[in-house]
Amino acid sequence: MNKNIILYAAILIFGLSAPFIFPAFKVQLSILCVLIVLATTWNIQGGEMGYNTFGNILFYGLGMYLCASVQVGMFFPLAEWTESGGEKTFVHTPSQFFQGMAAGLVVAAVVPTIVAGLIGYAILGLRGHYFAICTLGLGVAAGEISGGIEIIGAGQGFTTPPFPNVGGLEARGEFFYFLSFGALVLTFIAVRAIYSTRFRLILNAIRDNEDKAEAMGIETMKYKIIGWMVSAFFCGLAGGIMGGLVGYIDSTDVAFDGREMGVFMVLMAILGGKGTLWGPVIGATVFHIFKEGFWTFFLGWQYVALGVLIVVIVIYFPEGIMGWLREKYPERFGEVIDEADRKAQVELK
Amino acid sequence: MDFMVFQYPMITVQACLDGILLGILFALIAYGMALQWGVMNIINIAQGDLVILGGYIAYFMYLYGIHPAWGVIVSPIIMYFVGVGIYKLVINKVVDRDLFISILATFGISILFMQLMNFAFGADVVLANSGYGTTFLFDSAVVLPNSKIFSAFVSIVFAIGLVIYMKKSKLGRAIRATAQNARAAKILGVDTEKVYAATFGLNAALCGVAGALISITFTIHPYMGLPYTIRSFMIVIVAGLGNLPGVAMSGMGLGVFEEFADYILGTEFRIGSVFLLLVLILVYRRFKLSRKREYLK
Repeated sequence: MNKNIILYAAILIFGLSAPFIFPAFKVQLSILCVLIVLATTWNIQGGEMGYNTFGNILFYGLGMYLCASVQVGMFFPLAEWTESGGEKTFVHTPSQFFQGMAAGLVVAAVVPTIVAGLIGYAILGLRGHYFAICTLGLGVAAGEISGGIEIIGAGQGFTTPPFPNVGGLEARGEFFYFLSFGALVLTFIAVRAIYSTRFRLILNAIRDNEDKAEAMGIETMKYKIIGWMVSAFFCGLAGGIMGGLVGYIDSTDVAFDGREMGVFMVLMAILGGKGTLWGPVIGATVFHIFKEGFWTFFLGWQYVALGVLIVVIVIYFPEGIMGWLREKYPERFGEVIDEADRKAQVELK
Repeated sequence: MDFMVFQYPMITVQACLDGILLGILFALIAYGMALQWGVMNIINIAQGDLVILGGYIAYFMYLYGIHPAWGVIVSPIIMYFVGVGIYKLVINKVVDRDLFISILATFGISILFMQLMNFAFGADVVLANSGYGTTFLFDSAVVLPNSKIFSAFVSIVFAIGLVIYMKKSKLGRAIRATAQNARAAKILGVDTEKVYAATFGLNAALCGVAGALISITFTIHPYMGLPYTIRSFMIVIVAGLGNLPGVAMSGMGLGVFEEFADYILGTEFRIGSVFLLLVLILVYRRFKLSRKREYLK
């Protein structure tokens, strides 16, 4: 326990000082925080609950659009804003910008949660690959439909309000970094808290055998919906932050980007090791470092590399980094190995 | 919103005929998906990308001055080997694993193919002009390109051919035996590994035929694959595995639905409506089954 506190304190101090140590990588670090949030929340479904979803991108994109729409719509007519396509006819004052951002993030987190609750009963009744394909369809449908709605920019995209001119050159990067780091800390604390309760055991029971869990008197549907709503809350929040960070929202390339972000979150959680608390964090970090380090070398072959990466990870490394560590150092994970028993097993073989 | 459909009955006839001809093509792709789903228990997200790749083969024949209709013969032959190659490289490692692993692995293949096609063939929307002309019906109120009629005819020929092949040939019997019980088939001397490879190859070949027909009739684009996957998945779950008349009927139904969605909602919502329909069908089936305390599996 004592060791854990030191570890958390070290991570927290590193997180708070990172933008000052690596000032050139502020945007990358902010994106990393968002990726960790997405991977961690995906893990609630895919890892703990056994419901492999491609649909969390729906909440992410929804949060992105909602945050930007609220931020603009609170002060200016939304339709004219999107029509002007980011021309500087309307300028947010600093207080308007921050008020809008705060209100926008609240809406971006709450509305996807409600949406998840509403569609949860229908969608979470599906199982296995039907659930996977259904959520895949949901994400793509959301992208296609939002690409046809005029008021949020339709096909030409939506420019989020530019950061106001306060606090010098570094202010924008620092603001978004601390925002996303705050979201990360919030997510991690919340997920850790719910994993330390009976809730996690219920989710694991659903993953291992849903019928038996139901027979044991667990209202599985209720817990599945709650789990999805928790995911949706943080996905929406992450989406809202990411929208402000990128500065431009497009329906299929940024918001409901099933081909990139939607797959990334699955891949990161699997790479780190699903069904563990730290797995998605490690997976997202490794993936992001790999992606930022090597992406530029592929020169347009990124998606080819991504496709190969997915296939290789899924086929050869499905247990992830945490699973590999667990196999290698089982005693670190609290698994006791009886040496005599192990020898007997080997001899039997 | 456009309510022309209700004011001019001929547009309804046009949409229905277009939809049925389109739906026969969808049914052909769905037949391939049902085949490998039934035999190998794998859902291939890259199905649509195989279709598009088949289409590009026909398109390149057209570019080099060969009539694209020959693509219907050439494309499946090439695609058969592509399919067997994919099986040997990837699919045989996921065949008896968790279903989600196979979905994710084929999703990776899909992204890979999408981008490779984008590099190799460019991001333009292309079509191979067959020069077949058009047929006018009912005083020119209904316009049907002959290429659509041709493609529907060819699809039916291939589908019937495959049904007969599956019934009569040795490989067809081996495939059906493996679908029923892979272990028993193995004990009785069927080389299931070979059967799986052949099944995946046959599926890819069917995709090749459909792709060649699509490049003649409609347009192809490297990123257009996923909707074809979703359509075939939808047709298979509505019809059920191993229900061939059902596949044909639900394919045509989907085609007609799409044409009407196109007229009523507008072209920009066409793909969106397909994906929404998938969600609605799955949710409908979930509620229907849960009344009997069952669930989709």
